[in-house]
Amino acid sequence: MSIVLSPADWLTLFAHFMILSLLSVGGAIATAPDMHRFLVDEYGWMTDPQFSSSIAIAQSAPGPNVLFVALMGWNVGLNAGGFPMAFFGVLVTMAGILIPSTTITYMAARWGQENRELRAVRAFKQGLAPIVIALLTSTGWILSTSSGYALRNWPIWLVAIVSTLVMWRTRLHLLWLLAAGATLGWVGWI
Amino acid sequence: MSQSPEASIEAPPEKFAPQSLSDLFISFTLLALQGFGGVVAVVQRELVENKRWLTREEFLEDWAVAQVMPGPNVVNIAMMVGDRYFGLRGALVGMAGMLTVPLLLVLSLGFAYGLVANNPHVAGALRGMAAVAAGLITATGLKLMPALKKHPLGVPACVAIGFCAFVGIAFLRWPLVWVLLGLGGAACVLTYRKMGKHGA
Repeated sequence: MSIVLSPADWLTLFAHFMILSLLSVGGAIATAPDMHRFLVDEYGWMTDPQFSSSIAIAQSAPGPNVLFVALMGWNVGLNAGGFPMAFFGVLVTMAGILIPSTTITYMAARWGQENRELRAVRAFKQGLAPIVIALLTSTGWILSTSSGYALRNWPIWLVAIVSTLVMWRTRLHLLWLLAAGATLGWVGWI
Repeated sequence: MSQSPEASIEAPPEKFAPQSLSDLFISFTLLALQGFGGVVAVVQRELVENKRWLTREEFLEDWAVAQVMPGPNVVNIAMMVGDRYFGLRGALVGMAGMLTVPLLLVLSLGFAYGLVANNPHVAGALRGMAAVAAGLITATGLKLMPALKKHPLGVPACVAIGFCAFVGIAFLRWPLVWVLLGLGGAACVLTYRKMGKHGA
């Protein structure tokens, strides 16, 4: 697809991602539905398949999953005029999604560290500890049941359960587990 | 990766610190490159178990802050750890380490993907890796549970709160904001009151 983006459009894109950055409690992936609404439905700056594959690629690559945002910028730029624009798109979306949230978090974390002996700060951090553990385990749950609760998905659950136990109880390197999962999937068992 | 065979699974009491800004950058780059489908599992293992820059308790507390504040959690934690040892420069270097090389990699993958998108083997391999990644994140949560032994509210109350949060998110699919404000807020208030009673 080919589109034309004016400087004002780029600014709109940047501003929208800055707003999403402030709302991205729980990670940037939580704002993906709104990015879809904005980029695909409202402005038509990228196609639906481009959007879905951006997320899938970022999830399967190593690194923070916020990098799916870079692929969004890449695709919008590519649609708007080739590789130079694609790199510009990456810059716009990544700066937009990172600058507001990191600034706020930096200041808040600093304040918390300087006042870490305050009863309120300790109560805040420790009070959330059980919730943090629940968030991690439920993220694992949601990811391993993302293709539904149908019984035919049992190989996925088995792999998820085995890798949970191995990671929990042993010090085997994570990459061995991932390689095993990739191999099982490659030969068609998952 | 330094993996001494005698190191136990329990978080050890000894603590170390990053040697320099380049140590920080390289450590976070290597850490990010091991994180398929979410870096948190690797962050916990590397920072707490291998490098020992954080204790299990510190990690839980920092992760709570990284989680509650907006922004990508692992980028937030890289920034917080960098800041603690080297100030603002450390924060920027930690973030850059977490993002630079993975960004280049993800863009190259985006490139390559077009060529193999329809290959069923590739799709299967991605599914397999996603299933493993889900298990790794679950295990990260399970491994942090012993840290709750020292919690002011006591283990039963922590388990009850954690269980409610798990059901709310995994089954009822409550928005994260509700869980954090509602359950999280209540847990913080209870902890605050409990701390007062013991004169802590």
